[in-house]
Formats: sequence, C-alpha cells, structure tokens
Amino acid sequence: MRRLFDDELEELDSDFTEMGLLVADRISAAVTAFTDRDTQLADRVINHDHEVNEREIALEQKSFEMIALYQPVTTDLREIVTILKAVSDLERAADHARNIAHAALKVTDKERIPELEALINQMGTKTTQMIRDVLTAYTSVDEDRAKQIAQIGQELDELNHDARNLSYEHMKSDPEFKTAASIYVNVAQDLDRIGDYVTNVCEWIIYLKSGRIVELD
Amino acid sequence: MTEKILTTHDLHLYYGNKEALKGINLDFNRLGITALIGPSGCGKSTYLRTLNRMNDLIPDVTITGEVKFQGRDLYAPQADTVEIRKEIGMVFQQPNPFPFSIYENVVYGLRIAGVRDKSVLDEAVEKSLRQAAVWDEVRDHLHESALALSGGQQQRVCIARVLAVSPDIILLDEPTSALDPVSTSQIEATLLNLRHDYTIIIVTHNLQQASRISDRTAFFMDGELVEVGNTKEMFLNPEKKKTEDYLSGRFG
Repeated sequence: MRRLFDDELEELDSDFTEMGLLVADRISAAVTAFTDRDTQLADRVINHDHEVNEREIALEQKSFEMIALYQPVTTDLREIVTILKAVSDLERAADHARNIAHAALKVTDKERIPELEALINQMGTKTTQMIRDVLTAYTSVDEDRAKQIAQIGQELDELNHDARNLSYEHMKSDPEFKTAASIYVNVAQDLDRIGDYVTNVCEWIIYLKSGRIVELD
Repeated sequence: MTEKILTTHDLHLYYGNKEALKGINLDFNRLGITALIGPSGCGKSTYLRTLNRMNDLIPDVTITGEVKFQGRDLYAPQADTVEIRKEIGMVFQQPNPFPFSIYENVVYGLRIAGVRDKSVLDEAVEKSLRQAAVWDEVRDHLHESALALSGGQQQRVCIARVLAVSPDIILLDEPTSALDPVSTSQIEATLLNLRHDYTIIIVTHNLQQASRISDRTAFFMDGELVEVGNTKEMFLNPEKKKTEDYLSGRFG
C-alpha cells in the first residue's frame, strides 16, 4: 500500500541528495580555488555558503513536521533520524569548504609549494567522491558500501599526516615558506575533517539499515 | 528469574469451523503492561477473552490447548469462572457502568462475594477510585448515578470496579477507543501507575498507545502470534517484515 508518508519521504530524500551534491560541489570549488589561486571562485564559495545552511534548516523543519504529523516508527523513523543527523554533518562539511575558500584568499600572495598542492588536490578529489558515494549508499541503504566509504576517511587521515610533515619540512628548510605552509596545513586539516563528517554519515547509514549505532573511525 | 503468572500453550480457538486462534504460545510475567496489537480480525481480542474465559458465553466455540494462571489450568472441569474473573478482571471498550450509584458500581463484586461491613466497603471504594485516578473527581458524588459521568470518568470507575475485588491481572479490550484524547491520556496515566502492582494486558488499535505505555508488545495476524518482544525494540527495529509493515501502516 502506497502511503502519503512515502511521497513525503521521497521528497525529503531527494532534497537531502540535492543538498549533498551541493556540498560536494562547494568542496570541489573551494579546493580548485585554493590550488588555482582563483579568488573569484573563492569569493563565490564564501558568498553562497548560506544556501547550504538554508537547505539544512529546511530539511530539519520538514523532518520535524513529518515526525509530528505521521509519528513514524521502525525504518520510517530511522530514515528521518538518519537525514536529521546527516544534514548537520553535511552542513559542517560545507563550513570546512568555506574555510578552504578563505584560505584560498589568504594564500594568493604566498609561495607555492607544488608537492603540497598535489596532496591537497588528491584529498579534495577523495572527499568530494566520498560525499557523492555516500549519497548513493544512502539511497540504496547499502551498509557494505558505507563501510568501504569510511575506509577512505582513514586514507585522508594519512594524507593529512603526510601534508603536515611536508609542511614542517618546508618551514624548517626555508622560513620564507612559514606562512604559506601553515595555510596548507590548515587546508589539509579541513579536508580531513570533512572525511570525518562523511564517516559519520556512513555510520548513520548503518543505523538506517540495522538499527545499530556504530563507530567507524 | 521473573515469575510467569499466566501461560498459554498451543491455544486454538474455533468459532464453529473457523479457526480464529491457531496455536498461540505466549507467557506473561507478573506486573507490567503487555499490549496486544494487530489488524481487525487478527484474533487479539479473542485471545484476550480466552484469558478469563469470556468466550464461554459465545455459542459454538471450541477451545483446545492450555491456559494456566499461576500454574492452575483455567479450563479444568473444576475451574470456577466466577473466581477466575475475580482474579483476572476485564475492562471493555465501551464504558459499561451499571445503572447504580458510583459507590454501588465499585462495591458490586464485593457485595456478590458477600461483604457486608460498611467500613470495609467504604475503604474499598476510596482505595479503588484513588487507584483508578478518579477519586478527586467523584468523591462528592459517590451516591449519584455513574451514568451521569463523562465517558472517561465512567471508564475509570469501571477500572475501579475491577480493582475493588483485588485481581492479579487486568485485561483491557480497547479501553480508550470510545474516549477523547484527554480521557485517553488519563486512562493511560492510570495504567502506568497500576503496572507496578498489577499484570496488565491491553488490546489496542492505537499503536502509539501501545508504544507509549506498554513494556512488551505482541503482534497478532490471521490468528497467529507473529512477534512478541520488548516494545521499544519492536517499534524501532522489529524482527519480522510483517511486523514492520503493520507498525508503519503499510497494511491493516
């Protein structure tokens, strides 16, 4: 039997996916702005950050309404709880994209460190792919896929570690690099944090599927 | 281990040739609230009525299997239904106060049992009405007709009437389905207090009611017990797909 609730849930799901894709685009744009030193693009990311926040609030309100009006139980409830938790993780991920865009503005007149830029590019690609994958894993309620995606979070940890070591080496070898290297360290740190937030979403997908609350890191 | 106060084993019930209960195995621990849920015609009310032999009154009913209350077979030839219904009381869907005063309604069972002492009766009236959470509303009208009360008050007086004879188990068959939301929540609050002193088994169509007040839920369908378990777990993560579909309103 098709319920009114199913239509509303479908709408909620597609709004959630849209928000997720928007966040992935923001991260990708912020990293491009940083590595290409494109201040216009960085400004755009910063000026449009409110859109992600507005979507988060709209999704939360819609979820509260559905809980109040339909009093869902079992997987219906878990699905709404998953969205409620995942949207705040995505919103926080977008905050880190905004940080990266701010870093892009600060780094423009500093020394370039190509090896670090390559690492950051790699981390950027991984995080945006992680978000796109996690949205698919959510839609198909794929617990195994969620676990695999969380593994990428650990790869990001390692890359962040490499980026940090590389920055310190540059700082030591040439004090000229000091400011630039510390900006690179922060950006790598932001991307690592984004990986942590996506890992949280993976945990909620496992909850959605199984009803179990787990820790994946 | 928690003591089992009531056990049913391989319980079948037939209305003529129609098998309404298809071998139910379900036990109840002492105290707490168990909710029986399921779509209309699933057998939950029929099952409830077997627990104090209310189905005896229906012609052409055949019951096989076993119902034991504190180890005693309720369907043994020597079992006394009047005694059983004192120990296992029932509250019905429609409040059914007798056309007497509130006082006489509450002491009805005691009078039948031969209690004459006015102080004993007075005490039972106050205690039962307090337990049923209706004392404050009716204490000044005890000798007025129970029929003059609101539906919610009548239902609580009916609960008091059951409590007056000190049962161990209280069966309730959709006790709030004829009541407004405020009366419903008063009855629910009453039951939540009573669960510390009585074993309560309630049939309800209101799933939120089951999830709000019961410790354990049993889901019936087509005369079978599909799933029984801790209410919280069942409403968050039921074991069976059928239970999931019913709880989330996909059928029924």
